[in-house]
Amino acid sequence: MSDTKKCDDHVLHKSRRKMLKGMAAGIGLIAMPGRDASASIWEEFFQKNFRELSKDELKAVIARLEKDYSKQYAKQITVKTTPPIEGVRYGYGLDLSRCIGCRRCVYACVKENNQSRSPQIHWIRVMQLNKEKGIDLSHAEHYYNPATVPEKGHFYMPVQCQQCEKPPCTKVCPVQATWKEQDGIVVVDYNWCIGCRYCMAACPYGARHFNWAKPSVPANDINPNTHYLGNRPRPKGVVEKCTFCIQRTREQPGRYPACEEICPVGARKFGNLLDPESEIRYLIENKRVFIFKEELNTQPKFYYFYAT
Amino acid sequence: MKIQCIARPTLVLLGMMAVMVMSAQPVSAAKVKEFDRSGQLIVTEKSASDLQPQPVYDIKNRPKEKTFAVPRPPFTEGAFPCSQCHKYMKPNEKRRTLTEYHTEIVLHHAEGERWCTDCHNLVNRDKLRLVSGELVDFTESYRLCGQCHGDKFRDWKVGVHGKRTGDWNGDKQYLLCVHCHNPHDPKFKALKPLPPPERPGKGQH
Repeated sequence: MSDTKKCDDHVLHKSRRKMLKGMAAGIGLIAMPGRDASASIWEEFFQKNFRELSKDELKAVIARLEKDYSKQYAKQITVKTTPPIEGVRYGYGLDLSRCIGCRRCVYACVKENNQSRSPQIHWIRVMQLNKEKGIDLSHAEHYYNPATVPEKGHFYMPVQCQQCEKPPCTKVCPVQATWKEQDGIVVVDYNWCIGCRYCMAACPYGARHFNWAKPSVPANDINPNTHYLGNRPRPKGVVEKCTFCIQRTREQPGRYPACEEICPVGARKFGNLLDPESEIRYLIENKRVFIFKEELNTQPKFYYFYAT
Repeated sequence: MKIQCIARPTLVLLGMMAVMVMSAQPVSAAKVKEFDRSGQLIVTEKSASDLQPQPVYDIKNRPKEKTFAVPRPPFTEGAFPCSQCHKYMKPNEKRRTLTEYHTEIVLHHAEGERWCTDCHNLVNRDKLRLVSGELVDFTESYRLCGQCHGDKFRDWKVGVHGKRTGDWNGDKQYLLCVHCHNPHDPKFKALKPLPPPERPGKGQH
C-alpha cells in the first residue's frame, strides 16, 4: 500500500517536472521568431551589444542594417560606425542674448536626425522665459506661438542633450545600452535598448525621447547619411537623444551640427574643448557662462552664455 | 657756483632716469602680483625666462588687418558697381532727402549723426571709407563696422559673434555683418517661429 503510494508520488513528481520543462521550452519557442521570419530577424535577435562586437561581426551587422534600411526607404542608406577622434572632446555654446526662439534648430534637427514625424519627436525644446524672472523653469513655456519672435519681455532657451560629463542616464540603464563615448557624446545602441525608460526618468533635462510607436519618416525626407549610434532609423520601443550630430561631427573635416548650421542669429557655437584656439574655448574663457542645473553636478558640456 | 645750482637738479634728474631705464631692463627674477577669482592676492616669484617683455604698440606701423573669406555682399540687384551710375553724377556732399534714387533706404542707424558719405566714399563710389581715410572694398566692410562696434568685431573674428558654417575642424565660412544686419537699419528683424511641438496625447483623448 505504502509502496504503491510512494510509486505514485514518484510518477507524479516526475511528470510535473516534465510538464514544467515542456512548458518552459514551449514558451521559449513562442517567444522566438517564427519559421517564416527572415534570417535578418534571427541575426538581430542574437546580436551582441555594440561595444562587444568584433570587427567582422560589426561588418555583418552594418551590412544587414544597410540592406534592411535601404529596402525600407527604397534608397541607398549608409550606416557609419566612425569612432571618436583622438584629442577631441565636444563642447557646445549657446548665446542666450542672441536666441530669438524661432525654432529653426528644432526642425533642422528633426530632418538631419530622422526623428519620427508622427508620433512627433523633437530632440530640441525651446523654452520661452520671462526676462523679469530669469531662468525660472516654473515660468517656462514651450508651446508659445506668436506671429513673430522675439516677444517683448521674454528670452528663449533651447534645451537638448547636455552631453554630461557625469550622465545620470547611463548610470541607471539596466542593460548598458547607453554610454558616454571618448569624445564626450552620450550614445544609445538602439538594438540593445530594452525600452525601460529608466534613463528618461534619470535625465534632469528631458533630453531623452521614447518611440511609443514605429517612427514614421517619409522616404523622400530620410537623411541617408547615418551613424549606428546616431540618426539611423530607429525601431519602436527604444529611447533616442541628441548626439551632437555624430554622423557629421566625427568626420575629418566634420561639418557643424545641423542646429548650429541653421541658426539665423548665430547663437549656436560648437567646437573642441581641448583646442585652445576653438571658439568654444574663447567663449568659455571670455564670456559670462553658465551650465544648466549646475547644482545636480551632471557637469554638462553644453554652455549657455551671454555675448553682451 | 650759479652753474652748479642749475646742474645739480639736472644731474639728479638724469640719475633718476638712469635708474628707471635700468629697472626697466629684464631682471633675473621678479615677484608677480595677481588676483584670483575670489579676489585673493597671489604673489608668485617668476624667473627671467618666464617674464616676457611688454609688447610695444606702434600706432604708425600697425599690422595689417587679417582678411576673411566671405560670400558676396548682399547688394541690391543691379546696384553694384555703384560707379556705373555715379560716374555720370557730380558728387554732392550735402545732407538732403533723396528723391530720385535710393529712396528705399531709410537710415535708422544713428541717423542724427550720420550721412551717406561717412561710410561711402564720395569720389570712388565702389569703395567704402574708414575714418582714417583708408578706402576698403565692400567685401571688407567688417572693418568699417568694427570702427564703432569693436567688441562685436573682436568676437566676430574669433567666430563668437555671428554665424559660422562649414566644418568645425576645417574650412569655416564667415558672413559679413551686412548679411544679417541691414547697414542702414541694423536691428535684427523679428521672425515667424516654426510651429510649437504637439501637446502629449494629442488626438487620442
